[in-house]
Amino acid sequence: MLIKRRSFIKGSSLATASLLVPRFLQAFGVNEKVPAGNKVLVVLQLSGGNDGLNTVIPYRNDIYYKARPSIGIARDKAIQLNEEAGLHPALPFLGELYKEGQLSILNSVGYPEPDRSHFRSMDIWHTASNADEYLQTGWLGRLLDEECKNCSHYTQAVEIDEMLSIALKGKKRNGFAFRDPRKLYQASRSPYMEDIIRAHASEHADQTASYLYKTLADTKKSASYIYENSLQVATGTYPSTELGRNLKTVASLILSDINTKVYYVSIGSFDTHVGQDVQQTKLFRQINEALQAFVGDLKKNKRFEDVLVMSFSEFGRRVAQNSGKGTDHGTANNMFFISGGLKQKGLLNELDDLRALRMGDLQYKVDFRRVYATVLQNWLNVKAEPILGNTFEPLRFV
Amino acid sequence: MADAQTKIQHLTWRAGFGPRAADLKRLRNSGLNEFQQRFFKASAGTPSFLEALSNPVEEGSMEDVFPKKRQVTEQERKDRKQVHFEAIKKLNRLWLAEMINSDAQLREKMAFFWHDHFACRTGNALHLQQYLHILRTNALGKFSDLLVAVSKSAAMINYLNSNLNKKGKPNENFAREVMELFSIGKGNYTEDDVKEAARAFTGWTTDYEGRFIFKAEQHDAGSKKFLGHTGNFSGDDILQLLLKEKNTARFIVEKIYRYFVNEITDDKRVNQLTDTFYTSGYDIGKLMYSIFSSEWFFRPEHIGSRIKSPIELWVGINRQLPMQFSDPDAAFGFQRVLGQVLFQPPNVAGWPSGNAWIDSSSLMFRLRLPLVLSAGTSIDVSSKPDDDIQMGKKDQPVRGMRATIQWAAYFNVFKDAGSKELPALLNRFLLQTSTGPSETILEKYSKNDSREAFLSSRSLLLMQCPEYQYC
Repeated sequence: MLIKRRSFIKGSSLATASLLVPRFLQAFGVNEKVPAGNKVLVVLQLSGGNDGLNTVIPYRNDIYYKARPSIGIARDKAIQLNEEAGLHPALPFLGELYKEGQLSILNSVGYPEPDRSHFRSMDIWHTASNADEYLQTGWLGRLLDEECKNCSHYTQAVEIDEMLSIALKGKKRNGFAFRDPRKLYQASRSPYMEDIIRAHASEHADQTASYLYKTLADTKKSASYIYENSLQVATGTYPSTELGRNLKTVASLILSDINTKVYYVSIGSFDTHVGQDVQQTKLFRQINEALQAFVGDLKKNKRFEDVLVMSFSEFGRRVAQNSGKGTDHGTANNMFFISGGLKQKGLLNELDDLRALRMGDLQYKVDFRRVYATVLQNWLNVKAEPILGNTFEPLRFV
Repeated sequence: MADAQTKIQHLTWRAGFGPRAADLKRLRNSGLNEFQQRFFKASAGTPSFLEALSNPVEEGSMEDVFPKKRQVTEQERKDRKQVHFEAIKKLNRLWLAEMINSDAQLREKMAFFWHDHFACRTGNALHLQQYLHILRTNALGKFSDLLVAVSKSAAMINYLNSNLNKKGKPNENFAREVMELFSIGKGNYTEDDVKEAARAFTGWTTDYEGRFIFKAEQHDAGSKKFLGHTGNFSGDDILQLLLKEKNTARFIVEKIYRYFVNEITDDKRVNQLTDTFYTSGYDIGKLMYSIFSSEWFFRPEHIGSRIKSPIELWVGINRQLPMQFSDPDAAFGFQRVLGQVLFQPPNVAGWPSGNAWIDSSSLMFRLRLPLVLSAGTSIDVSSKPDDDIQMGKKDQPVRGMRATIQWAAYFNVFKDAGSKELPALLNRFLLQTSTGPSETILEKYSKNDSREAFLSSRSLLLMQCPEYQYC
């Protein structure tokens, strides 16, 4: 228990850390930082239902080409992974990572009784619930509940967005959402707010609104902590897309050694009912370029072994294309894991079985909560069961 | 003990969407009793039908909106979805306007509660406006009528897949949720009850226009065992058997208590109210009347203890500080950023409540909101995408949704008050909590150049403090 807590929130060597840290930071408890060697998770959400079959292309499979006469991707266009499968042509950097053993792909991930509503299926992925169960907390929020009972900065899980996803909302603790550390910092520094926070703390700390005052004070404190830290490290050149900017923010925070263990970024929309190829190619190109800059930055700073990027989407799409050269909502999908510290590399399991469809849809083989369990236990070194509410057998890719 | 005005405002906040600036005189001078009577009476009538999309059948062709078996192209499908999307936004505006302007505050608040209780989404505006009308007409009627009407509404039948529930091929979605979330609640039925109820609900479907249809050939007419009863039950029978269970009354009363009185329940009161509700044949109006006219409802521990939901916050601001928007979609955009959009509950279990609304970013936005509105500036915040509705299009940030506050009308409300009186008057009108920012701090940031400057600056300061988030 002690070891677990320490590994989650505390750095190892206070002496070294305090030498490297500017004085103004020491007031914020430098011993909570995540030094090099501690693991960081970056969740990359592909919103809208990414088409997994045109992401990892089963180019030896006739059923694939028959079901997708005009949107199927030809073998010679795909980026070759092995004899059976290739990547979408707009993902060449991921092809390189694959060759270097820094990308692994898990196929046929999903859950029983799949829901085809974007919102509901995303809700299921965020809360890690069963399809017939409704939870008001997310899996990463519950991670904070379990592991961050006494943290002085609630910045262990951060979403680069203006609104916080339910994935990062716990019962007692919430993650922290912001797009731009500077804006957040400025917004949190209104003199009126500072005055009322200070007065509240000294006068009536136990009153009705104390929960809000506490959240407000935490926000202010965390905003300064993040802003001042993210200023410290200049990072590489990133594409000027939203994802590029967001991953740059993430990298600057990882490299500044703040206490954040989980970062959450999203890109969308992958809801390609019409003219799929144009839209998917555009988004993949953005992902490819942003990840190239991000991974390059981490490698340069020798942190790639400590960072795991995990991608997911709320569902995959139907096997057969529709009449608009697009695809409709489907079920199972693949997930990507990118890191310099993978234990299993490449394709982690077989490709989707296109002969065993259920009413035109792929059938899932791996419950997504097994992936969560893997990441929680093997990567973040915390017990998965209290967070997932059930035992899910971990995989071995990390 | 709270003063009379705060008590009256407590009623308007809980049984409605807060006090209106124009009513300030009445809030200050009425007796609680007199105000209550008037307040209840205003919700007695039948609501008008809010129509966002006219039924195309009357104009000739339903096929234009829902081509049945005719092959449609992706483009046609997209266009049609767009028509419905726009109509749903319009319905949102229409209902929001009722919440802000209608005197039937209790009815609209109850309808909003039922929308949360019978949470439902549909992309079909015709079905949606029908569903909303059911909620509003039955809001204070019999819960039994409401349960049956919603269960048979096209919106719910499609949302919970009753239309896919057929003899020999049951779909248990509705059967499960009607028990878990709409009536007796978890722990009071078994998995077998779910299976048997699903059989009883087979054959329920609707036509394009949203009319309920019973398909006898798809109905499983065999014998079922349900909650200890045996018979050839129909779907209607199952609903009646659920209503027979006192646990249903208790489940609803407890939820109402948490929502309208206090998140911390009081077993004794809930038991008493359950008895009343059950023996009255599920009379919602009677139940609400007995709560809102009780002495205990006005106790200090209940006043100012509830975190406003985003809709309560938004409607409340608009009632206290009347304003207009040049962009008709402004309110829709703000709902998205605040995290609660009418007709888009997160799932069938409805919206979260209490502290769950608050995290760093949502709190910062809530506190900044009055300033953004009063400055007439645009805000630059993107909401989360919702692909069920946007169909893959990128959402525009809430931008250029400038508000024009009708300050003249607001100032006029306070014209009879002496300058010395104003600080306390504003405090009382805008905050329901017993504490708030100190006069010293407020004075430091208030503008004193003129009476108007003082009124507007002080009001905005109060609306930006954390206490304003409570009602």
